[in-house]
Amino acid sequence: MELIVFAATAALAIVSACVAVVHRQPVVNVLSLIVTFFCVAVNFALLGASFLAAAQILVYAGAILVLFLFVVMLLNAPVVEENEAKRPLQRWGGILLPLVLLAGGAAVLTPTLLATAATPTDGTAHALGRLLVGPHLFAFELVSVLLLAALVAAMVLVKRKQ
Amino acid sequence: MTVPTNYFILLATALFAIGAAGVLLRRNGISILLGIEIMLNAVNLALATFARQHGNLDGQVLVFFVMAVAAAEVAVGLALLVAIFRRHRSIDVDRLNVMRW
Repeated sequence: MELIVFAATAALAIVSACVAVVHRQPVVNVLSLIVTFFCVAVNFALLGASFLAAAQILVYAGAILVLFLFVVMLLNAPVVEENEAKRPLQRWGGILLPLVLLAGGAAVLTPTLLATAATPTDGTAHALGRLLVGPHLFAFELVSVLLLAALVAAMVLVKRKQ
Repeated sequence: MTVPTNYFILLATALFAIGAAGVLLRRNGISILLGIEIMLNAVNLALATFARQHGNLDGQVLVFFVMAVAAAEVAVGLALLVAIFRRHRSIDVDRLNVMRW
């Protein structure tokens, strides 16, 4: 049962990620990326990371991609003409590098990591919260400062000069 | 039955490869940011997988931090794109050649 769910979501994730990368219209890119992120959220749930599955939908599909959609519609930019013929290095790099990554991943990881989980962990909000405000408290506070800095930076960057 | 670890890692590798191809091949600024998001998500999936493999939750805490950094990165990146579009009337990254040698 879990294998079927994994296979379905993995196939859908890869197809929709390809559409998100290949399609020329930015709105289609963003919308199909939402499908990818939902599939990744299902995979988090399969891994026993229930809090991360919820956070993935709330933060990525809910906040980040809505921000992307907002900017796409705010700018209403013309479709960028993709003339890759001008940049052969980047083009072949862009085709070869992912293939090398895939082949390397398949060759190295397949024989070594056959074993399943030693002890399946349950990543509930309770368990993660205890870790976040316990051993990782300093990093947690640092992240809040980082988010504040990003907020201020974004506002300064888009502010029009009077 | 539970899904083996290497299936998840292979899915994460495939997603990372797709995101890397997007960053390298596209010229549209928004699509490049989307490619970065795909790569970050692939890494998140790999981290959660290794957290399950080792039976502790530190990997999932790291995923939480990656999500927060991704949110900050998107906010600044999109603000930069808006500023660039106001200046050049285009989000084609090939047009940004002012600081090139």
